[in-house]
Amino acid sequence: MTERNIGDVILKVDNISLSFGVMKVLDDISFDIRQGEIRSIIGPNGAGKSSMLNVINGFYHPQQGSITFKGATRRQMAPQVAASQGIARTFQNIALFKGMSTLDNIMTGRNLKMKTNLFWQALHIGPARTEELENREAAEKIIDFLDIQAIRKKPVGKLPYGLQKRVELGRALAAEPELLLLDEPMAGMNSEEKEDMCRFILDVNSEFGTTIALIEHDMGVVMDLSDRVLVLDYGKQLADDIPDKVRSNQDVIDAYLGVPHE
Amino acid sequence: MIYRETGQFKANYQDDQALFPIEQDRYVIFGILFLVFGVVPYLMNEYWLNAILLPFLIYSLAALGLNILTGYCGQLSLGTGAFMAVGAFSIYKLMVAVPDLGFIPLVVLSGLITAAVGTLFGLPSLRIKGFYLAVATLAAQFFLIWLFNKVGWFYNYSASGMINSPPMTVFGFTITGPEGNMTAKYYLVAAIVAVFALAAKNIARGRIGRNWMAIRDMDIAAELIGVRPLIAKLSAFAVSSFYVGMAGALYFAVWLGSAEATEAFDINQSFLVLFMIIIGGLGSVLGSFLGAAFLVILPIMLKNILVDGLGTDSALATHLEFIIVGVLIIGFLIVEPHGLARLWRIAKEKLRLWPFPY
Ligand SMILES: Nc1ncnc2c1ncn2[C@@H]1O[C@H](COP(=O)(O)OP(=O)(O)O)[C@@H](O)[C@H]1O
Ligand SMILES: [Mg+2]
Repeated sequence: MTERNIGDVILKVDNISLSFGVMKVLDDISFDIRQGEIRSIIGPNGAGKSSMLNVINGFYHPQQGSITFKGATRRQMAPQVAASQGIARTFQNIALFKGMSTLDNIMTGRNLKMKTNLFWQALHIGPARTEELENREAAEKIIDFLDIQAIRKKPVGKLPYGLQKRVELGRALAAEPELLLLDEPMAGMNSEEKEDMCRFILDVNSEFGTTIALIEHDMGVVMDLSDRVLVLDYGKQLADDIPDKVRSNQDVIDAYLGVPHE
Repeated sequence: MIYRETGQFKANYQDDQALFPIEQDRYVIFGILFLVFGVVPYLMNEYWLNAILLPFLIYSLAALGLNILTGYCGQLSLGTGAFMAVGAFSIYKLMVAVPDLGFIPLVVLSGLITAAVGTLFGLPSLRIKGFYLAVATLAAQFFLIWLFNKVGWFYNYSASGMINSPPMTVFGFTITGPEGNMTAKYYLVAAIVAVFALAAKNIARGRIGRNWMAIRDMDIAAELIGVRPLIAKLSAFAVSSFYVGMAGALYFAVWLGSAEATEAFDINQSFLVLFMIIIGGLGSVLGSFLGAAFLVILPIMLKNILVDGLGTDSALATHLEFIIVGVLIIGFLIVEPHGLARLWRIAKEKLRLWPFPY
């Protein structure tokens, strides 16, 4: 991997514990993510990886611990606050707006950048029109970047799975996030689609300087892309290190790498 | 090859963003406007204007309103009849109290009052969804109609409980009351509907419309990209009720002339408008018009053909209407949830690329 430009800590997670009823999903998890880094979270199914992302962007409320994003410390964030602070994400089970076109999905990703009120929008002149055109231009850049021009006007519900994942990445990128959370962006893809997705992730990271937290099961991908890897196992933090060290960590091998998983 | 896109290249996003990106669409719209304002009033006699065109236009406005809430934002409402009543009783009180404001401002004001009431009754949508929300709006329907029936202040304590629209003029033409000029009524309603249909189309394709649809399609994801469910849902209730309220005001003041809450605005109205958007197309401005046209014209057509033409029993004709509408509703819900508007679009796609459909 080429020289990387890693900055200060942008997100710090301290002693996060999360339970649903009696089930402890996250148990005293602490780690940080640095500016410009690609940070992976791995672990077997049910380890609490998705829950961790849900805590970071304010969708789950942990019982203990705190999150520090860009210097501000919180127990929990409202999802909209997380969004407006520059955290965007994709979902393990695609959560696109199925009845809307690719373009509209991506435009909706820019909604926090748009301000004009109902009155101007109803007239669709002046500021509303200018704003729509400016944001359309930004959306088109993302469409070009992801090479999805051909499906611009198609309703996303009817697109093949791999393309839907790509559109969802586009919607997240549309917000121009500082921290991008990707929950299994390559799950269910063939190797060609995976390669494309890897390239997009690397390009986003290097071209836009976006910090990325990535959940992924494909160990090859994880070891190739990541700067550091956090390993979770049934809510517990098993390891947190650079890929080479994680690969040779005996606990990790026992709990995860050695055991076959889907 | 009358209808095609080939050869029309969009050089910039302005053009692509235009309301009707295909040139022929623009001609069609200008053609329709020309028909509506230039030809129809001369072709149609008073009976047709009154029996078909006025109710069609007014119901289109109501359907547009419900479509904003249900089709675009995904919040099912069974309170349309009651919200039309709010518009009707608002304009009645306003026409009596402040007639000097002028009729058109009073229509808009009635819409605004209904928007406020609709927003209030939209509050439960923040906690409950789907079936339960539908039941809550049903409660609103019964409560409001009960209120308009029970509290004399709303109908100025008239002995019959009816409200009668006093005569008012627009540009010198009487458009309400028994002396109303039918052609003037038609022009007025058509103009109001055209303006607000355009506004609805604009809102629907901008940020606010996209946020409504985002809430409809996947509310959690919408929230995580910064859409506020509170604002999106309540704004849908407000805008929707604004439209429905204006439709109610026109329905009473211009079309009926007099009304009684339990008769004119009962639950059947709510269902009628709901059926219009299901048949016409959920989440489509055009669909609101198609659905309204269909359900306004169908009973008249059936009556003309069956009762007057074939001498069928009129009760049978009514039953037949129920059956046809019922079958269509089920058909559209199962096979084509986007209704007539979608069928139109499919036909257009086919024409667009004809004769090379690849
Ligand atoms: N909203 C929830 N309510 C109850 N249990 C949940 C919820 N979300 C996650 N869990 C549980 O938390 C555990 C971890 O889930 P998850 O974070 O999705 O794991 P992973 O993404 O690592 O596969 C699972 O046992 C799951 O059933
Ligand atoms: Mg998961």
